[in-house]
Amino acid sequence: MHEMAICESIRGILEEEAARQDFRKVGRVCLEIGRLSAVEVEALKFGFDVVMRGSLAGDARLEIVETEGRAWCMPCGQSVPIAARFDPCPDCGSHQLQVTGGEEMKIRELEVS
Amino acid sequence: MSQARMVKLEKDILSKNNEYADANRKMFAERGVLALNLVSSPGSGKTTLLCRTIDALRGKLPIAVIEGDQQTSSDADRIRATGAPAIQVNTGKGCHLDAHMVGHAADHLDLAEGGLLLVENVGNLVCPAGFDLGEAHKVVVLSITEGEDKPLKYPDMFAAADLMLLNKTDLLPHLDFDVEACIANARKVNPRIKVLRVSARTGEGMSDWTAWIGAARAMALTGHPLAAELKGAA
Repeated sequence: MHEMAICESIRGILEEEAARQDFRKVGRVCLEIGRLSAVEVEALKFGFDVVMRGSLAGDARLEIVETEGRAWCMPCGQSVPIAARFDPCPDCGSHQLQVTGGEEMKIRELEVS
Repeated sequence: MSQARMVKLEKDILSKNNEYADANRKMFAERGVLALNLVSSPGSGKTTLLCRTIDALRGKLPIAVIEGDQQTSSDADRIRATGAPAIQVNTGKGCHLDAHMVGHAADHLDLAEGGLLLVENVGNLVCPAGFDLGEAHKVVVLSITEGEDKPLKYPDMFAAADLMLLNKTDLLPHLDFDVEACIANARKVNPRIKVLRVSARTGEGMSDWTAWIGAARAMALTGHPLAAELKGAA
């Protein structure tokens, strides 16, 4: 969706943390991106390089850990895997699902110096 | 060169936006303002719908509007012609409104206590889904000329919305639009979504929509000192 805006948010957080935690360079950025988060990982990788250029993370490696979509099926009363928001429950076929995982968009950790 | 070290962050990438959204939500709650975030693709009839909504609620409650578009102030001009205060936010290259823009615009609007703030987001069924503005509800407007498959093609927006307004129903006789299939598609993505059929042009369904606003406003005012006052006036 708005991968450039997301990269700009990441850059803002890195700059804030650099001041707070006293580092000057970021060598590696590890993100956790859920498969239901509406972030296109390839577009994010492209945007990352463009947005970080000239910043403290200009040479940073980007690592992305993708997490699976999960939902609570109300009729089954159990947690089930889903690949997309409109997927039915793989067991009973119901759409009465509440998404419980896969919406993450987080910076997990950084390697800094 | 100092030694490399690891820093654990576990921080939400949109945390900054969410902080601004929380501040907006707190400000709306203090003033008893019901804020609605209207999202849709371009050309769904949002601005016409807003103008009609303002006409329908005239004299019943104070209404203000924040208009988001990449360029031009024509939408805000259309809203101001109805007599409601409106601010245009041009996002430039941006594809969505964010909470910071909305907070800033709301400051300039000087929102009346107990009023309604309608935020018309940038016409885009993708990006605005991810950005909380501090609103009470996202309302997705889908016009029937767009096709009944849109909830499946753009699931994030329909998952984020509490209400879907199916607009331009006056055109139903001229199109092969399957209303029930469209609603079923929306419910596949979001089993709790409410649906109202409206035509901003003919006024069909507009009283249902204003009744929904009234109910949402009562919810927003729960526990607010203004709630008792309004009840007395009603």
